[in-house]
Amino acid sequence: MIITQPKEFDVVLDYLRSVEAHRIFLIGCGQCATAAGTGGEPEVTAAAQRFAAAGFEIEGIAISEVTCHSGGTKLLLRKHKDELASVDAVVVFSCGAGVQTVADALSCPVFPALDSSFLGNVIRHGEFEERCQTCGDCVLALTAGICPVTQCPKGLLNGPCGGMWDGMCEVIPDRRCTHVRIIEKLEAQHRPCGEALSPKNFGVKIKPGHISMRRKYQEHHHASTSEGGERS
Amino acid sequence: MSTLRQKLEAGQFVVTGEVAPPRGADCSKMLADVEAFAPVADAVNITDNQGATLHLSSLAASRMAQEKGVEAIFQQTCRDRNRLALQSDLLAAATYGLHNFLAVTGDNPHFGDHPQAKAVFDLDSTQLIEVATSLNEGLDMNGAQLNGATDFYIGAAAFPEAEPWEIQKRRIAQKVDAGALFFQTQACMDVDLFARRVEEIQELGAKVIAGVILLKSEKVISFINNKLAGMMIPEHVSSRIAHAGDPFEESVAIAVEQSRILREVVDGIHIMPMGDIATGTRILREAGIR
Repeated sequence: MIITQPKEFDVVLDYLRSVEAHRIFLIGCGQCATAAGTGGEPEVTAAAQRFAAAGFEIEGIAISEVTCHSGGTKLLLRKHKDELASVDAVVVFSCGAGVQTVADALSCPVFPALDSSFLGNVIRHGEFEERCQTCGDCVLALTAGICPVTQCPKGLLNGPCGGMWDGMCEVIPDRRCTHVRIIEKLEAQHRPCGEALSPKNFGVKIKPGHISMRRKYQEHHHASTSEGGERS
Repeated sequence: MSTLRQKLEAGQFVVTGEVAPPRGADCSKMLADVEAFAPVADAVNITDNQGATLHLSSLAASRMAQEKGVEAIFQQTCRDRNRLALQSDLLAAATYGLHNFLAVTGDNPHFGDHPQAKAVFDLDSTQLIEVATSLNEGLDMNGAQLNGATDFYIGAAAFPEAEPWEIQKRRIAQKVDAGALFFQTQACMDVDLFARRVEEIQELGAKVIAGVILLKSEKVISFINNKLAGMMIPEHVSSRIAHAGDPFEESVAIAVEQSRILREVVDGIHIMPMGDIATGTRILREAGIR
């Protein structure tokens, strides 16, 4: 899930003041930000009280089921059409993707209340760790299921680097070197680990990422029907 | 062609030094250091934004060193440039007449003077060695033909005393497979252990230039242990300096002892005099190397 961290309250206040906002609407996210404890109902309600205390008029609060889902968020905003009609700005408690979904659907200024930190694993309640960079060129098959791109602070495919000391990482000294872990695990699985990995293909990661399943289906469908045509 | 390579391949014992480009456009101190190394060093490493702190480019400084008549070892880290920039600077280095190249990973920007910088690490040091090997064959890293090949003597860094050694050694072997012909090491601390491991590196077919450091004082040791990445001074060395009547002379004595023993094992000494090149020269002289 996307791990978020709250921005300083004063920073968000500055955003609102920059457009001379007085009447505002707050949107939380029922998905990742709820799990991360940064944008669920309790956090948005608490923020509403702080905004009210700072002199803002809260026109409404809504928690989108999955804020980054365009259809669902648009439907939610439509339900709150009347409150939103009179607001000067909207504050969104979700990752950057969710903020943009809301901003796409509204014409008024939309501001983020959170910073998107990383795509993270929930280690235990309240503890998250980045394990995947969504690099588009996965090497986990070769690295014993431990991602060097994410877990090595330098993102090196081949290691350890010169900073490794007693099997520990130089950048995060209380952590075992990712490359030491990879090699030890490959060895434990009796798998080869001597060969250097080739440079990554960053060409697969053209921004912004875009995948259309509908288009893929249409292309596949078109190809199979034209093959059928040739046969007949 | 690299004279460092000619000497090493002829079995001659070599000395290398290290010079940092300036933090600014005034090169007088750097050039003075180059000149100070000239009588004793066969080649001088020119660092690349060392410690992830801003310095004049290694490429320009390497060229300046060679213009002073000292053969440069052009260093590149993987931290600040992507594969296009790394290759393009290597081609530039070849046209500048630079024939020695040392590929290193580079410290994390987090430790430097621009902690806000984006770390590139598009390639790692093994991959960068492979790239330099390709350029020597007249090919870019994708295997496409280039107009003119480079002629680099390719080196890499090694840390013979690092544990776990089996993992470290595998990494060194990887670099040899990629095309590294010589290694320059971290400063030697435990000479016996160091010597045993150097033999294992040499068995892989690479030359080893051993780092010998002038520790100077307890203050320098504390700086190295706390501020310098990838280096730790063990207790048996630091306590010798701490309990000596004259810590500086004791640190000179340690470096001389190490150099005398290493001389019989390694292919060269990389002298790290922590800015005091005159004492570095004295160490080499007292060890009977120069």
